[in-house]
Amino acid sequence: MKGILKKISQINFGLMSPEDIRKMSVTKIVTPDTYDEDGYPIEAGLMDPRLGVIDPGLKCRTCGSKGGDCQGHFGSINLARPVIHVGFADTIHKTLRSTCRSCGRVLLDNNEIKNYHEKIEKMFKNEESVNNLIKEIYTVARKDKCPHCEEEQEDIKIDKPVSIVEGNYKLTPSEVRERLEKIPDEDSLILGVNPKVARPEWTILTVLPVPPVTVRPSITLETGERSEDDLTHKLVDILRINQRLKENMEAGAPQLIVEDLWELLQYHVTTYFDNEASGVPPARHRSGRPLKTLAQRLKGKEGRFRSNLSGKRVNFSARTVISPDPNLSINEVGVPEIIAKEVTVPVYVTEWNMEEIKKYIQNGPKVHPGANYVIRPDERKIRIYEETKDTVIEKLEPGFIVERHLKDGDIVLFNRQPSLHRMSMMAHEVKVLPYKTFRLNLCVCPPYNADFDGDEMNMHVFQTEESRAEAKSLMRVQEHILSPRFGGPIIGGIHDHISGAYLLTREGSIFREEEIFQMLKHAKVPLPKKTGKNWTGKQLFSLLLPDDLNVVYRAEICRKCDECLKKECKNDSYVVIEDGVLKSGVIDDKAYGAFSGKILDHIVKEYGTDRAREFLDSATKLAIAGIMKKGFTTSTNDEEIPQEARERIEELLDKAESRVERLIEAYKNDELEPLPGRSMEETLEMKIMQVLGEARDKSGEIAEIYFGMENHAVIMAVTGARGSMLNLTQIAACVGQQSVRGGRIKRGYSERTLPHFQKGELGARARGFVHSSYKQGLDPLEFFFHAMGGREGLVDTAIRTAQSGYMQRRLVNALQDLSVNPDRTVRDNRGIIIQTMYGEDGVDPAKSDYGKVVDLDRIIEEIRIKSSK
Amino acid sequence: MKKDILKHELVPDHVILSKSDVQKVIKELNIHLEQLPKIKPDDPVVKEIEAKPGDVLKIMRKSPTAGKFVTYRLVLE
Repeated sequence: MKGILKKISQINFGLMSPEDIRKMSVTKIVTPDTYDEDGYPIEAGLMDPRLGVIDPGLKCRTCGSKGGDCQGHFGSINLARPVIHVGFADTIHKTLRSTCRSCGRVLLDNNEIKNYHEKIEKMFKNEESVNNLIKEIYTVARKDKCPHCEEEQEDIKIDKPVSIVEGNYKLTPSEVRERLEKIPDEDSLILGVNPKVARPEWTILTVLPVPPVTVRPSITLETGERSEDDLTHKLVDILRINQRLKENMEAGAPQLIVEDLWELLQYHVTTYFDNEASGVPPARHRSGRPLKTLAQRLKGKEGRFRSNLSGKRVNFSARTVISPDPNLSINEVGVPEIIAKEVTVPVYVTEWNMEEIKKYIQNGPKVHPGANYVIRPDERKIRIYEETKDTVIEKLEPGFIVERHLKDGDIVLFNRQPSLHRMSMMAHEVKVLPYKTFRLNLCVCPPYNADFDGDEMNMHVFQTEESRAEAKSLMRVQEHILSPRFGGPIIGGIHDHISGAYLLTREGSIFREEEIFQMLKHAKVPLPKKTGKNWTGKQLFSLLLPDDLNVVYRAEICRKCDECLKKECKNDSYVVIEDGVLKSGVIDDKAYGAFSGKILDHIVKEYGTDRAREFLDSATKLAIAGIMKKGFTTSTNDEEIPQEARERIEELLDKAESRVERLIEAYKNDELEPLPGRSMEETLEMKIMQVLGEARDKSGEIAEIYFGMENHAVIMAVTGARGSMLNLTQIAACVGQQSVRGGRIKRGYSERTLPHFQKGELGARARGFVHSSYKQGLDPLEFFFHAMGGREGLVDTAIRTAQSGYMQRRLVNALQDLSVNPDRTVRDNRGIIIQTMYGEDGVDPAKSDYGKVVDLDRIIEEIRIKSSK
Repeated sequence: MKKDILKHELVPDHVILSKSDVQKVIKELNIHLEQLPKIKPDDPVVKEIEAKPGDVLKIMRKSPTAGKFVTYRLVLE
């Protein structure tokens, strides 16, 4: 490390006195111009060379260091008349309100002053915050008569942002300053201004510091034109008005003109500090764009704090569109060759890797496993060119560092925004591939919440051995299969993996041995000995399971019958795996799907992450091989139901509608029995909703009769691969009730939703019940109601993301320094205890069984299987 | 009419620890007294059981994860 390490023991915040500003200033700035005709900076102008240098070649006239090393020097502008600093306008107002207008003492009697003094001293000693006490003093110290000189006090108001009005007279900044000057040091302390670091009158500017040019660099456009920074523009304005004000005052211009110019100077200085101060029209650039002045540079998401200090731009990173590649392992990421040649890994040259590294340099920066830079032990960085690579190789010695291209097997960090949980940044192994997109295994889509409709992701290359080692053991994808959110797998099979596994393992799925071997080859699984017999899909899948695996669970396709037939389940949904053999049941979402995979969960917890990665890689590939063998497609034909079913559904809906009519009739005749705690209207609404809900479900059931397990859409819905039965019945049978604000639609026109209905009509159609199915098509009224419901959904998601984003930010800020210690206490960075036991039970949810400490059912089942042997 | 807040089902048991118990807790957690979680002296329970600033309270509450959980709090000044 270069430089001297020092520990900060204290930071003082105070105000700068005019003397401080002058002392700090290297030059007075007088001329509002920046450069002369020849393009040289004008002396005493805003670009005065004494304010520092930017060009690396030049030496600074003030400090003598070269450009880049010189951090710049402040100048100053003597203001012709004092102006109020916007940031302190409130403080000035409060101070004036609490001090005497003639003698400048604080409006408290001697007793109170003594009292508060003691309190403040004590709090200083205890290093407590005095903010609340000061706030209290400001409310107490308001009297009509000064206790010291008996002067009657006038009411002082603030006219935002900077005008201070006493009675009907507007005080000039000079008058304000005079009053503040009169406040004795002892009284200023009580008013919250520590005389050791500040004086109240310093809140009124008589001299303005001019920041060095390094803070407001000018840009030279391609045309050779110079473009100045916003701050420089603002300072030019200030100087111009200041000059005019001075000239007018010296010429003895009328009071009115001077005052006008003074106001204008105040405006410019105000907007120089804050161009978004309330009550002031923002100063604008010639193009009409508001200027970005001091406060705007710091504030908000794009401000200095959030954009440059809390977060920074980094080197050795890449970003591009992502696309899927089922042939990669979940641990891998496909990196385009163009990127691999740009981002590099520093490698120390040793005797043992000399030859290898020479090869990289020989390849140069343009051929893939090449190198871009060589860093000598004296920290000189030499770029490798086609022409220079031979001389570089000659000079290469152990101890050099070579920045070589990214190559297969390197560890990189892969990330997709928004990074909401730790699985949003995982370490992957590089696989350099052609074309221009990052490639990733489909199983890692759920943790990143990625899809391939144009999503982009970022990649970062580790630059030290330590970071690589740490990432490899803590951040690798396989270490994150189990989510700490619910103690189950978050990485797992999706979509076709699930449908494919179902097609393979369902009852009656039999293959010839050649087919089996083809699929195993595709899944890159070692081939077993030939048997010459046909295989079932279950036998095939068993090859992937660990030999001593024992799991029993109910599959996703389980119908939740009243009495479970267990192994005799006619849906084949009771999964039994004994000693790594799938005895019964089908493989679906519950087996190895993301968020719910039981077998996967078991393998991670019992056999470790390596085995789990292996299983997941081969199982997904096998499922894909299987789905390709069988063929899988879906279209609206899958939601076709016969005419007879249509008629039955229509009949059902008609009946439901007449039941609704009867309910409305009963309501109108006051015959409705209100539910407990509900009004008549609410009761009616609830009953109607219930009837219509039932009607939709019933119509769905009718449609479902015609949906067999040969139907691909149904397979996807039932196995949990994609979509739901509700989706299908809405397409085939009936869309059902549309809702806005959690109830039937009732807004729109007065007492009716649309002018097609009677006022006060309560029937099913009039309140947004959609009889049609998506496949039939919605009639115009239904379509409109459907759009209403859809709009609400969109608005809700938009609001929810904004709200939860803000909540997340607050939470992260509050919790960022907390950590779990080896003794399982949770502490912050000062060692203060937050919890004496993490989560009160000391359990890591990622290593628990779905959040519980122990899954007794599972343990019992395991023991039962073991003992029965 | 005054209700006994200590009997309310949402108020966990608070006990003032003796000096020796405090030492034991501090040793067990390997901390300074000031590193304990705090409780305000105007906390209703603190007033009810008449704990003094500097006392350490042992709080036993129900926990959805651990069943029963014990924590400690230092009464502030």
